[in-house]
Amino acid sequence: MLHGVSVALEPGELVTVIGPNGAGKSTLLKTIFGLLVPTQGTVQLEEEDITGVPPHHIVRRGMCYVPQVDNVFPSLTVQENLEMGAFILRGGIEERLSRVYELFPALAARRRQRVGKMSGGERQMVAMGRALMLDPKVLLLDEPTAALAPNLAEQVFQSILAIRASGVAILMVEQNARQSLAIADRGYVLVDGRNRHQGTGQELLADEEIGRLFLGG
Amino acid sequence: MGGWERVPQLVVYGLVSGSIITLGAIGLSLTYSILRFSNFAHGDLMTSGAYLGLAFLALFSPLLPGRFGPLSFGPALIPATILAMAANAALAIGIDRLVYRHLRRAKAVLLLMVSVGVAFLLRNLILFSAGADPLYFSHHIQRAIRFGSIQLKADQLFILGVAVLAVFLLHVLLRYTKTGKAMRAMADNRELAQVSGINTERVVAWTWGVGAALAALGGILSGIENKLVTPELGWQTLLPLFAAVILGGIGSPYGAMLGGMTIGLAEEVSTAFIPTSYKPAVAFGLLVLMLLVRPQGLFGRK
Amino acid sequence: MEILAGILNYLAFFAITAGVYAVLTLGLNVQWGYTGLFNIGVAGFYAVGAYTSALVSGPPPGALDWRTFGGWGLPFPLGLLSAAGVAAFLALLIGWITIRLKEDYLAIASIGIAEVLRLVIKNEAWLTNGVWGLKNIPSPLFGSVQKGVDGLLASHPDLPTWAASLLKGAYNWVYLALLLGVIAVLYFLLERALRSPWGRVLRAIREDEVAAAAQGKNVAAFKLQAFVLGSGIMGLAGSLYAHYARFLSVEKFEPFYGTFIVWVMLVAGGSGNNKGAILGAFLIWGLWAGTDFLTGFLPLSDVRANALRVALVGLVLILILLLRPRGILGEEKFVSRLFKG
Repeated sequence: MLHGVSVALEPGELVTVIGPNGAGKSTLLKTIFGLLVPTQGTVQLEEEDITGVPPHHIVRRGMCYVPQVDNVFPSLTVQENLEMGAFILRGGIEERLSRVYELFPALAARRRQRVGKMSGGERQMVAMGRALMLDPKVLLLDEPTAALAPNLAEQVFQSILAIRASGVAILMVEQNARQSLAIADRGYVLVDGRNRHQGTGQELLADEEIGRLFLGG
Repeated sequence: MGGWERVPQLVVYGLVSGSIITLGAIGLSLTYSILRFSNFAHGDLMTSGAYLGLAFLALFSPLLPGRFGPLSFGPALIPATILAMAANAALAIGIDRLVYRHLRRAKAVLLLMVSVGVAFLLRNLILFSAGADPLYFSHHIQRAIRFGSIQLKADQLFILGVAVLAVFLLHVLLRYTKTGKAMRAMADNRELAQVSGINTERVVAWTWGVGAALAALGGILSGIENKLVTPELGWQTLLPLFAAVILGGIGSPYGAMLGGMTIGLAEEVSTAFIPTSYKPAVAFGLLVLMLLVRPQGLFGRK
Repeated sequence: MEILAGILNYLAFFAITAGVYAVLTLGLNVQWGYTGLFNIGVAGFYAVGAYTSALVSGPPPGALDWRTFGGWGLPFPLGLLSAAGVAAFLALLIGWITIRLKEDYLAIASIGIAEVLRLVIKNEAWLTNGVWGLKNIPSPLFGSVQKGVDGLLASHPDLPTWAASLLKGAYNWVYLALLLGVIAVLYFLLERALRSPWGRVLRAIREDEVAAAAQGKNVAAFKLQAFVLGSGIMGLAGSLYAHYARFLSVEKFEPFYGTFIVWVMLVAGGSGNNKGAILGAFLIWGLWAGTDFLTGFLPLSDVRANALRVALVGLVLILILLLRPRGILGEEKFVSRLFKG
């Protein structure tokens, strides 16, 4: 349950939302993407109210979402997963494919491999790549480094930075508070469904209270 | 001794029967993997397809008389089959719109129950319209070609060929077309498919359409092989269909073919050793064996 | 008055058939309503009960029979008990193998089982007299009742015809009383079982198998018990049918009459509810009998009329599941969860 949470994202920004388990981080993303409908409050994309608009329409408006789990099609190949990302387009996705492969060279080499057989880090890349196929202005990431080993998590964070560099605004929800704050422009701290702190990434990293509560590791 | 001598001929019968089962099993496997429920009305979709085929055949026979050489049917069967497949597809999509669509989020058990209701409804509507007496596809008596101790009719070769072709075409559909990939994606992860913007209702319609068209083809081929059809055709095939799908693994057309052929062969060859009247029990036996030993089938994933 | 007597006699006959179905439905309720087991093989246990009772309590094979087995002429209660017992035992064997299967796999397996049993009944004429059917099954107390009726008719030759025809149908009422007694006892016992700790575990399994297992319950064992109990009750129904009909043929145990209609009865009345089970049986059988009456007015052949009626029952099931899946008296919570896959 979320209460009076307010989050903003500027073009090209990388914003992270951190907080303990059960704080409502995933719920926030799902609400923004239209998988859940809020009882109160609005979601706006570029001045337009998109509250409650269903997901398959939201993707057409330039916002894409990567779920935390079950975020790939395991029996499809890398290439096919990406193709599904651009399903609503009539044709001519070659350019988009090459852009995604540029961003994730590791995937380019294994494009015909079934994703189900790939490692967690690679799957995460496929998941993000799929969401990027529609050239979204906003990318929603739900705990992209969950259950990944530190070196793989690092890889994923690098990829996220690369995505940001290509001009996409990113709102990500993360368990890995320290690293995500380190690369983020701004951050929000969600506790028990409420906004507790906000500020730039550096500010929050330096904050003692937050350090005590979340940045243990 | 006596039994073993008959086996080679029975293998031939088994491959033919297996071809027909395969065509039904593919459709069943598709609906199971994409729609997530066991459709107990699928056998009756084969029946409806067969009867539609008969109806269209009656329409076209006076216009396109004659037979193709050694086969028991002629040019009239071609448009009849195509139209029957299309009509059966429309029927299945219609049933989905009327009934199953309202239960998209329901548990598989409920859908199963509803599909049993649909099965009885469909079968008895056919019975009501067409009567219980067998209806004939052809009265032509074919001469069999001899290969050593084996007899083969031209029709049977045809049926085998059609089944193999159908499986191959389905494979092409699933692997190389956008719709096919969307079907596979939906079978993998329905939510993610929606999240990616795939129109899942359209994929559902395609699934029913393809499944029902193949079922119709199977029903018609059954009519050609057995010369006749009765309204019980599909319901009697249901157990072998499920056995084939479970044997071959859900979601794989090649698996369905392997399963279908295995069941067909097992059923026919078994008659060399056990009374013919117990033939249906063979499919059941294999099914139970597979369920206990390897419920995901030979090819299956989950 | 004649007509009234005729109607009354018919009502007795109707109530008996509906009552037998009520017993079947109660058995299915234990499996599906209490425990969530999807058994499409009801007809199998029904048939096993019927034939067992016939073989135990019936006459030895006659000169014209293909049958060579059974017919020990034992008293009716023994026939009843052995019917339930054999059906339960069969369920134990089958359940042992299949109870762990997922719902739809269990459904498919149960169809297969019923099918195999049907084949055995049809083909093993030495046991069941095959397609020629089993004849001359005795009805309990029939002899005494008939003697009483004959006596009354003989000592009162000036009885009006309607009274005479009522008397001639008296045995029906006796059997009906017996049947209703069985149903009452069964209902009472099942209600007790449902509210007992055992029943609570079953309901927990039905709601959420995983959670029940996590609480340390041996889910498979409980399911097996419910399966065996339910099947035993179905066997009981078979015996009750056999001794009324006095003749067994394979047709009465076909998927429609033996399984499908029972499911429709349970769903219509309310899964998980014993009162609902009984109500559903009478209601749906009433529908069935009613359509028989109605199609009599239509210029249809028997086959076509029957097909229309069966199609209607199928439609009724679909409509109930779409519009009011909990049935008339149903237990709501369980069924609504079926909608939230």
